[in-house]
Amino acid sequence: MRLIDNLQQRLFRWQDDGTASIRLGQRRIFILPSRGGLLFALALAVMLIGAINYNLALGHALVFLLAGIGISGMVHTFRNLHGLSITPGRCAPVFVGEKAEFELILDNDRPMTRRSLVFEAAKGMSAIVAVNGHDRAKITVPVGSHRRGWMALPRVRLSTRYPLGLFTAWSYLQPAMRCLVYPCPLPTPLPENALRPLGGISNGLGGQEDFSGFRERQPADSLRHVAWKASARDNGQRPLLIKQFAGGSDAELDLAWSATDPALADETRLSMLTAWVLEAGSRHLHFALSLPGQEIPAGSGEAHQHRCLEALALFPS
Amino acid sequence: MSTAQPEALARDVPPWLFAAAAVTTLPHALHLPLWLSLLTGLLCGWAAWLWWQDRRLPRRWLLLPLAVAGSIGIVADFGTLLGRDAGVAMLVMFMAMKLLEMRSRRDAMVVIMLGYFLLMTHYFYSQDMPTGLWLLLSLWLVTAALIRLHAGSIGIRENLRYAGLLAVQALPFMLVLYLLFPRISGPLWGLPQDAFSGKTGLSDSMTPGSIANLVQSGEIAFRVRFDTTPPARQQLYWRGPVMEQFDGTTWRQSKQRRSAENIQPTGPTIGYETTLEAHSQRWLLALDAPVTLPDGASLDGRLSALAQQPLEMRQRFRLAAATAYRFNAEESPSVLRDNLQLPPNSNPQTRTLAESWRQEAVQPERVVALALRHFSTEDFYYTLQPPLLGRDGIDDFLFRSRRGFCEHYAAAFVVLMRSAGIPARVVGGYQGGEMNPRDGYLVVRQSEAHAWAEVWLVNRGWTRVDPTAAVAPERIEQGIANALPSGEPLPAFLQVRADWLRDIRHRWEALNNAWNQNILGYDARRQRELLSRLGLPDADWRSLAIALGVASTLVLALIMLWTLHHRRRVAPELMLWHRALRRIRVDCAPGETPLALAARVGKSNPELAAYFNAVVHNFLLARYAPENPEHLAALRAAVARLPRRRTP
Repeated sequence: MRLIDNLQQRLFRWQDDGTASIRLGQRRIFILPSRGGLLFALALAVMLIGAINYNLALGHALVFLLAGIGISGMVHTFRNLHGLSITPGRCAPVFVGEKAEFELILDNDRPMTRRSLVFEAAKGMSAIVAVNGHDRAKITVPVGSHRRGWMALPRVRLSTRYPLGLFTAWSYLQPAMRCLVYPCPLPTPLPENALRPLGGISNGLGGQEDFSGFRERQPADSLRHVAWKASARDNGQRPLLIKQFAGGSDAELDLAWSATDPALADETRLSMLTAWVLEAGSRHLHFALSLPGQEIPAGSGEAHQHRCLEALALFPS
Repeated sequence: MSTAQPEALARDVPPWLFAAAAVTTLPHALHLPLWLSLLTGLLCGWAAWLWWQDRRLPRRWLLLPLAVAGSIGIVADFGTLLGRDAGVAMLVMFMAMKLLEMRSRRDAMVVIMLGYFLLMTHYFYSQDMPTGLWLLLSLWLVTAALIRLHAGSIGIRENLRYAGLLAVQALPFMLVLYLLFPRISGPLWGLPQDAFSGKTGLSDSMTPGSIANLVQSGEIAFRVRFDTTPPARQQLYWRGPVMEQFDGTTWRQSKQRRSAENIQPTGPTIGYETTLEAHSQRWLLALDAPVTLPDGASLDGRLSALAQQPLEMRQRFRLAAATAYRFNAEESPSVLRDNLQLPPNSNPQTRTLAESWRQEAVQPERVVALALRHFSTEDFYYTLQPPLLGRDGIDDFLFRSRRGFCEHYAAAFVVLMRSAGIPARVVGGYQGGEMNPRDGYLVVRQSEAHAWAEVWLVNRGWTRVDPTAAVAPERIEQGIANALPSGEPLPAFLQVRADWLRDIRHRWEALNNAWNQNILGYDARRQRELLSRLGLPDADWRSLAIALGVASTLVLALIMLWTLHHRRRVAPELMLWHRALRRIRVDCAPGETPLALAARVGKSNPELAAYFNAVVHNFLLARYAPENPEHLAALRAAVARLPRRRTP
C-alpha cells in the first residue's frame, strides 16, 4: 500500500509542495471513450456495414463524417482540460459530519469557455463548474468529514465529457490543502458552577440572551425591562419584577475539561466542550478554556472562539 | 457552480432532442404508410406538450401496448418486421416512443444515436444532392443537441457554432476516409426482397402500349459522353432486348442460344462512356453496333450487350461502337426459320397484303421499300393514344385504326415482313438523346424509349428498318416532342419550350451528373485509379491501410494543432521582469510589490540596489504607462545592465 501511495504521489504530484498553482499539461490528462462513445462506435460500425451492403456512397460519407466528428470531439474534450490553471484556495473549518468545502481557483487563459468540469474528491460528491474564456472561477470541492483534526484534501479527480460526451478526459490533482475539522458539538447546558462573577466589572444589566428567572425591580432598572404580565399576576400586590437573563459580560465563564463527566468517553467530553464554546460564543460571553496540558486564557470574539475550537479539534486522543 | 446530479436532464435539453427527432424522421414521411407518420407526429407532439406543460412522462406500462400495437401495424403493412422498409418503419416508431421516456441523459443519448442512424436510412431512398444537403443540416442539428446535452448550459448560437466547427473539422477526415477507406463492392450478404424497388425502364417483352407508358416518364435512363464528336441523331439507336417470339399480341425474347455475332465495321469506331441508371436488367443499352465491350460484358448473339449482373445501381461502362456496320451476313438457317414464325390463322388481311407485295417485287429490299411507302403514303398517324386493338391486332391496326406508337409500327412491319417471307424481328431500346451543352453529356431519358425492326437480307445481314421514321420522320430527327401532334398528353418536362427554362434544366442536370459521376460514382475501380495516380500502382488493402493510416495521422495532427494551439500572451514587460529576477536570483514573494522588493534587495544586497532600482522604475513605467514604447526599451536596457549573481 505504501509503495502504491508513493507511486501515486510521484505520478500525480502537485508541483513542488502542492501549494503553487499548476497548469494541466498533456502528461496529466488521460482520455478514454465513455459509454456513450462506445455506443456511438457501435452505431457507426453497423451503419458502415449497411453502407457497404447497400452500396451507399453517401452512406459511406455520412459514417466517415460522423467518425471525424467523434475524433475532433475527442480533441476538443482534451482541450477542455488542457492548459487549465488550478490554484489552491481556502477552506473554512467545519464540524465533524459537515461537508468540508475545499476552494480551488481556476484560471482559463484560452478564449473559449471550458464547460462541465466535474471535480470529485469523495465518491458521490461532485461539483460542476464552467470557466469563461480569459476568466477565473472558484469552485468548492465537497468532501465529507468524519473525524476531528486536520483533514487533508484527498486526491481530486477532475473530469469532463464536454462537448460530445463520447470521450471522458480526466486528470488527478493533489493540492496540499487541509481543512480543520472541529469536534461535533453535543448540545449540553452550560455548567452551573462554571459561571463566576467578576468583581467590579458588573454594569448592572443582566445579559439579554437566555431567560433565567425574575428579580425585584431596583430603581435603576429601566421600565422597558419590567415583566408586566408576571408583575400583574398577583393583582399588583408585589413590587414590579424584572426578567433576568443568563449570560452577559458581567461574568467570566471557565470551560474546563474537569467540568465534564469523567465517566464519559474523551470524544464525548470534547463534543460537550465544543457545544459550550459555541454557546458561550453565541452569547458573547467572556470565557476561558482549560484542557489537560493546555490553558487558553479568557477572551471573546471570533478569533478566540476559533482558537478554542482548534484546540479541541487537535486535542490528542 | 452546481452540485446537481449530472445524469438528470436540464429543462431546456428536450427541445433540442425534439428538433433532432423531427429532422431525422420527417423525410421518411414521403414513403412510410400514412398511419405511421401520423402516429409518429402524434407521439412527438404529445412529448412536446408534456414538456411544455411540465408534466410527468407517461408510465412505461402505458407505452408498452402502444409499441406492440405499432409493431403489429408494421407487420400488417409490410408483411414482416425484418427487411429494409419495415426496419426503417420500426426505427421511426422507436424514435417517437423514446421521446416519451426521456428521463435521464442516457435516454437522451439513445435518442441522438437513433437520430444518427436514421440519417443513414434516408440514403436507401435517395442519394441526390437535396437529400445530401438536408442530411448535412440534420447532422448539424443532431450534433448540436449532443453538445447541449453535455454542456451544462450553452447559448443556442454558441451551440450551433460549436457543432458547425466540429463538423468542419471532421471534413478532412471524411475526405481521407472516403478516398482511402478500402471499398468493398457488392452486398456482403443477400439483400432483402425490397432492396431494389421502383426501378423504371424497358421490360423484356413488348405489348401495344408498353413503350407509350414508359415515354410518359421524364426520368433519365442513361448519360453518354463521346470521346469525339457524337454521331448524327438519326444514328443513335441504343439497343435493348431483341424480341423474336410473337404470340399475336406480345413480343418476347427467344430463349434459344445464338452463336457469336460476326460484326464487320464499315465506318469509323467511336469510343464513349455510358452511365446507366439502375433498371434491374442486364442490358447495357449499347450504341449499335458495339465493337468493344467492358470487362465482364458479353453479346447475346443478337447484338445486345449484356452485363454480368442485373444493374441494380448506377454504373459506368466504357464501350466503342461503329454506326456503319454489317452484322451476320451469314446467318444459320435455324435462326432465319425462327424469325419467320407467326401465330397460325391470325391477321389474314396482313398476310394477304404481304403476299401481294412479295409477288409484285422479287427482291426482299423492294418489299421493305413497298412496306415503308405504304406507311408514309397511307394516312397513318403517330400518337401516344392509340385505340384498343382486337384479336387480330395487326389487321385492326393496319386496316382500321391506323393510329399507333412506335411499337405498333415496329410490330406491324415485322409481321408484314415475316408474312412476305423475309426474316425480321423487333428491337427494343432508345433512340436519340438530348445533348446538355453545360457538361457535354448526351442525356437519354425514358421518353426516348423506342422500338424498331430488323430484317435479314442476303449479303447485307441484319439491317435496321425503322417504320416510325416513315410515318413521323420528326421523331427520329428532332425527338418525340416535335413528332407528336399538339394536344397529346406529353410529360410536363417535354412541353417546356422556353429556352431559359431549358437552360435551367440543363444546368441542374449537369450539376446532378457531376454529383453522380464524381461523388456517388467513386468506387473500388476509381479508388485504384486514384491511387495509381498518387504513385501506388497495384494497391492492395495493405498499402491502402498504410496510406489511410498516414493520412489520418496527418489530419489528426492538423486538427490538434488547430484546436490546441494557443499562444500564451505574456506581456513583454512581465517577461523582462521575470528575467531580471532570475538574473539576480531573487524571488518575489506573493503579495510583495516591486517597490517593496526593491527595498528588500537594497537592504540585503546594497551593491545591486542602483541597478535593480532602475529595473523597478522602468518596469513600473512600462507596466502602467504602456502607451509610451520607450519605457519598454529602457526596461530592456536596465535588465541588460544587471550584474549576474552566481549564488543566491
